Amino acid sequence: MIQTTLDIETIRKDFPILNREVNGKPLVYLDNAATSQTPQQVIDVIVDYYQNYNANIHRGVHSLSQEATDAYEAARIKIKKHYNIAKTHEVILTSGTTHSINLVANGFTSFVKEGDEILVSAMEHHSNIVPWQMLCERTGGVLKVIPMNQKGELVMEEFHALLSDKTKLVFCNHVSNALGTVNPIEEIIDASHKVSAAVLIDGAQAAPHIKADMQALDVDFYTVSAHKVCGPTGVGMLYGKEEWLNKLPPYQGGGEMIAEVTFEKTTYADLPHKFEAGTPNICGGIAFGAALDYMNSIGFEAIAQYEEELLQYATEQLLAIDGLKIYGTAKNKTSVISFNIDGIHPYDIGTILDKLGIAVRTGHHCAQPIMDFYKIPGTVRASFSFYNTKEEVDVLVEGVKRAKNMLL
Amino acid sequence: MTIESIQEEIVDEFSMFDDWMQRYEYMIELGKSLPLIDEQYKTNDNIIKGCQSKVWVHAELDTDKLVFTADSDAIITKGIIAILIRVFSNQRPQDIIDANTDFIDEIGLKEHLSPTRANGLVSMVKQLKLYAIAYQTQLN
Repeated sequence: MIQTTLDIETIRKDFPILNREVNGKPLVYLDNAATSQTPQQVIDVIVDYYQNYNANIHRGVHSLSQEATDAYEAARIKIKKHYNIAKTHEVILTSGTTHSINLVANGFTSFVKEGDEILVSAMEHHSNIVPWQMLCERTGGVLKVIPMNQKGELVMEEFHALLSDKTKLVFCNHVSNALGTVNPIEEIIDASHKVSAAVLIDGAQAAPHIKADMQALDVDFYTVSAHKVCGPTGVGMLYGKEEWLNKLPPYQGGGEMIAEVTFEKTTYADLPHKFEAGTPNICGGIAFGAALDYMNSIGFEAIAQYEEELLQYATEQLLAIDGLKIYGTAKNKTSVISFNIDGIHPYDIGTILDKLGIAVRTGHHCAQPIMDFYKIPGTVRASFSFYNTKEEVDVLVEGVKRAKNMLL
Repeated sequence: MTIESIQEEIVDEFSMFDDWMQRYEYMIELGKSLPLIDEQYKTNDNIIKGCQSKVWVHAELDTDKLVFTADSDAIITKGIIAILIRVFSNQRPQDIIDANTDFIDEIGLKEHLSPTRANGLVSMVKQLKLYAIAYQTQLN
């Protein structure tokens, strides 16, 4: 029996999409690791923006522009408080995690020289691999992989052995999207700093489960996408330590990121605007702040406890199905279950589940190296959020059993 | 049988089912009964690009008719290629080139597949037609 302090039925009423049917069946949404659903409170903020104060920010002298600017900058402060960031200008608003990582990877071009080493964990998704490979191609840097074991845990002894004075940068996800593993980022950050390497943590998958504290972590860069925390798509955060953000060159040129432009020379704006060229996703930024308000009103501790119970329950129920194997069995993991059934392709299971109204993700989850590691084409991934229920887990389990009977 | 009459037969078969779960079950059965491609032809060259699961198709000419064999690592995809092979195998290349594929819409196959699988279906049809064009060129 799941014991929770959360009133799940009331919470579910906040999410209008959960009332819809898919293929004639009530929607069971278990693809939260890809994107979470949006509560009415956040939808209302988006509607309010477009109905009442849609205007471009920072440059306008008219009232609407000022209102939009105030709301956008208030969102930045909410993000700062949520992640316990020391300075507001250390919050760079981006289009999301991929944008944030590319910004840093491009900025590091002048800090990496031939032979310098960049360490990457074996369980990254493509967004946290490809920009660094491109950096290495530009600079002659060498990408080295921190291996993982069969449980989907990083082999920390190997990580420590890889660290040296050649290491310039270490990057790793806080939580693996494909396996749910929570990585020991505190240890990674501390050890990397001892060899003077900078650390970027991709917090996209951690964001809905863990309230990360930037000052306590002492991390150099941390990235988040709003759509993983009940916010809209197309907006996210790059946290960077002021000293690093001052060192990195601007990523894109354009309006708002300049101090002064002449045809002879341009000088750049101060942080955070130096990295925020052009008109940003204004409404998205405001709604990002509202989404964090919403998540905090529920409480991250209660969310984590409830999701852990859902995870345990779903794991037990799914493992009772003969031939089902779970990939990612780390001791410390979030509410993600990646699995396959012997002799069945994950796409087939996903297709049948969809016909039953159950939304799961199938495939390589943009993390092909993980699939190569396990020598599988992909997995079925069920990922749970705080608005999911034990009854929905039961529907999933029955759906998987039915799919198995049909497909084998 | 002509391509058109086989297509009509398939449309009739699919119309017998009340819902799409039954149609999937039927496709899965078709996939299971698909004569498998010879292992030597399961090469990267014979993989159809555009499918998220792997699909291998081999074509060879038997007198003036084209014979297709195929396999897939996913059973529903195997069912889809089984339907296409039933329509296009043992037919003259020119007839395959000229054939329309309206039956796919008539049985609702495309709309009931995920976008990635629907793209795969389009790729499969395209590939079978490309084989037909290649062999028709040889025959000419």
